[in-house]
Amino acid sequence: MAHPEQDIILETRKLVKEFSGFVAVQDVSIKVRRGEIHALIGPNGAGKTTFFNLLTKFLAPTRGGIFYNGLDITYDSPAQTARRGLVRSFQISAVFPHMSVLENVRVALQRPLGTAFHFWAPEASLAPLHARAEALLEAVGLAEYRDAHTADLSYGRKRALELATTLALDPELMLLDEPTQGMGHEDVSRVTDLIKKVSANRTVLMVEHNMSVVSSIADTISVLQHGTVIAEGPYAEVSQNPQVIEAYMGSSSATLQGAH
Amino acid sequence: MRPSTIIYALTLAFLLAAPAIGLYPVFMMKLLCFAMFACGFNLLLGYAGMLSFGHAAYFGFAAYITGWFATALGWPTMLSVVVGVLASALLGLVIGALAIRRSGIYFAMITLALGQLVYFICLQAPFTGGENGIQGVPRGSLFGVIGLQSDITMYYFVLVMFVAVFLFIQRIVHSPFGQVLKAIRENEPRAISLGYDVNRFKLLAFVLSSAIAGLAGSLKCLTLGLATLSDVLQWTSGEVVLMTLLGGTGTFLGPVVGAGVVVTLQEYLSDIVGAWVTVIIGAIFVACVLAFRKGLVGEIEAWQQRRVARRAGAAVKPEAAPEASAATR
Repeated sequence: MAHPEQDIILETRKLVKEFSGFVAVQDVSIKVRRGEIHALIGPNGAGKTTFFNLLTKFLAPTRGGIFYNGLDITYDSPAQTARRGLVRSFQISAVFPHMSVLENVRVALQRPLGTAFHFWAPEASLAPLHARAEALLEAVGLAEYRDAHTADLSYGRKRALELATTLALDPELMLLDEPTQGMGHEDVSRVTDLIKKVSANRTVLMVEHNMSVVSSIADTISVLQHGTVIAEGPYAEVSQNPQVIEAYMGSSSATLQGAH
Repeated sequence: MRPSTIIYALTLAFLLAAPAIGLYPVFMMKLLCFAMFACGFNLLLGYAGMLSFGHAAYFGFAAYITGWFATALGWPTMLSVVVGVLASALLGLVIGALAIRRSGIYFAMITLALGQLVYFICLQAPFTGGENGIQGVPRGSLFGVIGLQSDITMYYFVLVMFVAVFLFIQRIVHSPFGQVLKAIRENEPRAISLGYDVNRFKLLAFVLSSAIAGLAGSLKCLTLGLATLSDVLQWTSGEVVLMTLLGGTGTFLGPVVGAGVVVTLQEYLSDIVGAWVTVIIGAIFVACVLAFRKGLVGEIEAWQQRRVARRAGAAVKPEAAPEASAATR
């Protein structure tokens, strides 16, 4: 474990979140190494989503610190966090339903243009972004739905669109909250491949329930239970940990195989 | 795109011909001012998803400011209008900055409360004339060249301003800013996670909407030659909500149609049925909310879209159908 400090892209130090007495996240210290796919697993109510919301500033921590590339970002605003390159997705598919598929991606691309407040500028001023938006849609297999109304897309395609929108920001660290939740078998493998593909030049931290996804793409797994980390390591190691088997996977080995 | 362009052209032709076909110009000007007011309100509700219950504050306050500058200070017409618009924009900036800290019903309540505060100021301040308002506001002339005394000239001036505002709102909605605004309305947490400081966008939308409401108020003041308490009244805030919902929020023409229906009913029905006009408008509003929830224009647009979708037929995937209906509900 002799990794030099600069290889750590995100670190939490004794992160605590209390909700009026109830401790949702307790002294969680994890280190996410650059370039890895790091998965966060744990039973329902283990504090995964709360932890996620802390990382992206949608919630303020009670105690503890969050460090991104060595920088203390504990008290950043959520939008600031995103601009630093730490971009999240949501558990429930987060698309803009009454915008076209292309517009969904374009709205993410247009921020670096610096014209977001230009209420007098014509829509045509956004046309230079179309090529990049189309390329992103191509990458997630949505090229043919470019002009579709987003609300009309199937669930799996909405999640793919969400991924394309997240990628549009070219984040250094992508935080994916249950990217395959509620998906059919076919969509799961497509999105899994996609995550693998886009992780090439970046780091991914994901909350995931589906064990077959986790076992196939995650480099490191942190297991959360009752708000604390009970195990950490590669899948082969973590899945053998008796505490994990008891706590998370329960007695059912079916869950462990990830039959979803 | 095509049908909407035809409808815009027909509407414009009707408005251009209105005085010629015997419609009373002062009534038409009042209608256009309320239509402009509703368009500004719709920019906030329909495109930014923010329901303000105190929009009369900007409408009425600008009317007072324009009236006061034109009457007491004797400023030229256009400058008085500009000052009125700037005043309402500034008021929008202050009230908006406070209100956008909350959303939904709390936002509405803050705008309502601060709107009432503006009403109180207008009632008490020395320059507003209290219960009497400011009377005898001169219409003056455009840059000292075109006199606005004639109702017909004034009507075309108001119409030009209205068309300009209508086009300006279309531009705003389709601008880069409008895109972000739409994204915020659709899914605020997601817009935040894309790195947008959503409050700044909401505030700018609020200020733009207040400024447009202010322009409408200033023009109404010049048209009728007076600024009164009724323009800042809570009742007027409610009326603009009603006009917008009746016509269809989030549609360009909806507020115009809604304002047309409400103002026309008030003008012509009140001669026949007196105070019952309030009850009749209330009943129409209830019927509209129950039967056409998208408003008159909204329902027509939805019907048009369904027809296009039917014609496209096989292009629509069967799996999309239940989701689409769930989303529009």
